[in-house]
Amino acid sequence: MRLGAWTETVSRKVADIRFSELQIRTQNLLHVLTVTAAVGLTGNAASASDAERGASVYKKCRACHELGEGAKNGVGPHLDGLFGRTAGTLEGFKYSSALKKKGEEGLVWDETSLDAYLEKPRGFVPGTRMSFLGLKKAEDRADLITYLKQSTEAAPSDEANAPATDARPEIGAAAMALEGDIAYGEYLATECVTCHQTSGRADGIPSIVGWPKDAFIRALFEYKVNLRTNQVMQNMTVNMGNEEIAALAAYYGSLEPQ
Amino acid sequence: MTKLTRRSFGLLAGAGAASLAMPFYARAAGKPRAVVIGGGAGGATAARYLAKDGGDDLDVTLIEANSTYTTCFFSNLYIGGYRSYESITHSYDKLASNYGITVVNGMAAMVDRDAKEVIMADGSKVPYDRLVVAPGIDLIYESVQGYSEEAAQIMPHSWKAGPQTQLLKSKLDALENGQNIVMVAPPNPYRCPPGPYERVSMFAHVLNEKGFTDSKIFVIDPKPKFSKQALFQEGWNKHYAGMIEWYGPDVHGGIVGVDPSTGEVETDLDTFQGDLVNVIPAQKAGMIAQKAGLTNDSGFCPIDPKSMRSQNDENIFVIGDACIAGDMPKSGFSANSQAKVAAMAIRGDLTGSRVFPAKYSNTCWSLIETNDGVKVGAQYAPTDEKIASTSKFISQTGEDTALRQRTYEESVGWYNGITADIFGA
Repeated sequence: MRLGAWTETVSRKVADIRFSELQIRTQNLLHVLTVTAAVGLTGNAASASDAERGASVYKKCRACHELGEGAKNGVGPHLDGLFGRTAGTLEGFKYSSALKKKGEEGLVWDETSLDAYLEKPRGFVPGTRMSFLGLKKAEDRADLITYLKQSTEAAPSDEANAPATDARPEIGAAAMALEGDIAYGEYLATECVTCHQTSGRADGIPSIVGWPKDAFIRALFEYKVNLRTNQVMQNMTVNMGNEEIAALAAYYGSLEPQ
Repeated sequence: MTKLTRRSFGLLAGAGAASLAMPFYARAAGKPRAVVIGGGAGGATAARYLAKDGGDDLDVTLIEANSTYTTCFFSNLYIGGYRSYESITHSYDKLASNYGITVVNGMAAMVDRDAKEVIMADGSKVPYDRLVVAPGIDLIYESVQGYSEEAAQIMPHSWKAGPQTQLLKSKLDALENGQNIVMVAPPNPYRCPPGPYERVSMFAHVLNEKGFTDSKIFVIDPKPKFSKQALFQEGWNKHYAGMIEWYGPDVHGGIVGVDPSTGEVETDLDTFQGDLVNVIPAQKAGMIAQKAGLTNDSGFCPIDPKSMRSQNDENIFVIGDACIAGDMPKSGFSANSQAKVAAMAIRGDLTGSRVFPAKYSNTCWSLIETNDGVKVGAQYAPTDEKIASTSKFISQTGEDTALRQRTYEESVGWYNGITADIFGA
C-alpha cells in the first residue's frame, strides 16, 4: 500500500472512531434529555395517566427487558405475554433455579405477584439473578404494572431467542465478531468472581451469569469508554482488549445459573 | 528373588529413560500432591481453585491451625456494630465436602524443603510436590517498647481477627462518656493499609451513637500520611467533628513506648492516656515462612511476579500478606487474586494444564459512617522486577450521599462474593 493511501485509511479510521464516540455521546445526551422530559411529565400528575407514568418507570427495566413487537430475550427475559405466564418458564431463557422453583410451586405473574416481586426482588425470590433493588413506592409499582398490562399483550415472538439485531453496532463490534476462548475467559473471570458470584446469585453485586454475548460485550465496552460509571468496573475494563472481552463473554454465556 | 534378565532390565531402563522426558504428572506413582499451609483469604482460595480446576488429577491438602476462620476484612464492621461475629466467621466444611480437599486441622511447625515435607507440630509429616505457603502476618510486638503478647490482653492489637477482635469490641462497648481511646498505628508495610483508619471511624461511630461528646480518639501514627487520608479526614470532620485527633511523626516527634499498667502512650511531644488503647505493631511474614527460609531481610518473602513462586524454592509459592507483592497492598482481596495465579501455575507444573499470563487486582472498601462507603483499587501485571500497577482509582472527596451508599452496598455484595470464592458455596 502506498504511504499516502495508508495514511488516508488510518485517518479515515480515526475519523470513524471519533464519529462513533460522538454518536454514543449524542445518544447518551438524548437519553438524558428524554429522562429529564419524562421526569418533568411525572412531576405534573394531572397531565399524565397511570400508564404514561408507568412508561417512565419502565425506563429502569428496559436495559434488560424488551417488550412489544419482535421483543427478544436479552440480559433479562422479554415481557410479551407476561400476565398469566408461570414464573421461570419462558423457553430459552436461563433463569435462576430459585425462580424456576417458584414457578414449579405455582407462581404465576399477575398484578399481585408482580407487585410483591417488584417491591423487593431479592426478598420475594431469594437467589434470583435479577440485579434490581426494587421499587419502594407502591404508586410507582402500580403505574408500572398498568403500563405493562397494556404493553405486553402481544404473543411472544417465535424469534425470541434469535440474537438481537444490533441497534448500536459501533460499540464493541470488533469483539462481538470474535470467537471467544472459553478457557481463557474462565481464567480471566477469576478476577470477576471475587464480586460477581459464579452461582449467578445477585447479593448486592449484579449477576452476570448466562448473559447474551453481545449484551455482555457492550456492557464492558460501556464501562471502558466511561458510559457506565462504576469505578471498579471502569478500572477492570480500561486495559482489556477485544480478545479478553470476547473470551469473558464466551465464558459467562456458557454458564448456567444455579 | 526374581532374577533380573537382560531383557527385563532393558525394559526397565527404557521405562526410566521415557519417564525423564514425560511430564511430571505421568511420572508420579500416585496423584501429584499440592499442599497449602494457611486457610485464610489466600490459602483457602488456592486450595479451592487447585481442587476445583485440578479435578481428579490432583491431591489437595489444606493445613490450618484453627477450625473456623474469622475474616479480618469486615471485622471493623463488627467492632462498629454493623455485623455479627458469626457473620464474619466461616467454616472449612464445604472445602472438604464439595471439593474433596483434605483439611488437616493442625499447626505446621517446619518445612523440610529437601524431603519436600511439611512437618506438623505433632511430628506427623505431610509430603508435597508443590507447596503454597500462606501464613499471613506475625506481629513484631517488640517494635513498640513496653508492648508484648501479654500486654495485648490489656491493649489489644486486634490485627488478626478472632478473640482479639472480640476483646477490643468489649472494651469499646464498656467505655463511658469522657473516656478516651488511643490508637498506635502501624508502620509500613502492614496488613490492610486503610484498616486502622476505618477502625478509628468505627470507634467514633460507636461513641457518637451513644452521645459521648466528651470522649476523644487520638491516633498516634509513625507514618507522615496514610491510605485514603483525604477521604477519611473529610468524613471525620463531617460526621465526628472534634472527636478524632490524628498525629503524624512531625507533630508527636516519635513514639517512645506504651505502659499497659497505666494505659499511657508516650511520645516525644506528650503522653496520651487511653481507657482503651489499641496498639497495632510492625509486622512480618508468618513464622512458618521464616522457618522455611523463604523470607529475606525485610521479614517478608520475595516471589516471582509472574507466578507467585518463591525466589528461594521452585517448588514453593508464597501468597497473601507474607509475600512481597510489589505495588499490591496486603489485603484479603490481593491474597485471593494471587492465589488464583499460584493455583494456575501449580496446575501447569503438575498436570500440564494451560497457563495464561498472570493478572492481579485489588479493591479495598472502607466504611466511614453508616452508608458512607469509600473505595480504592487497582489492576496489576508482572514486570521483571515486581507486580506493578497498570491502572488505579480512588473515591473522590465531596461525592454525593447516594454514591457513597451504593459504594457501601457494593462492599457488602463483594463480601458475599469473595467469601463464597474463598470457602466455597
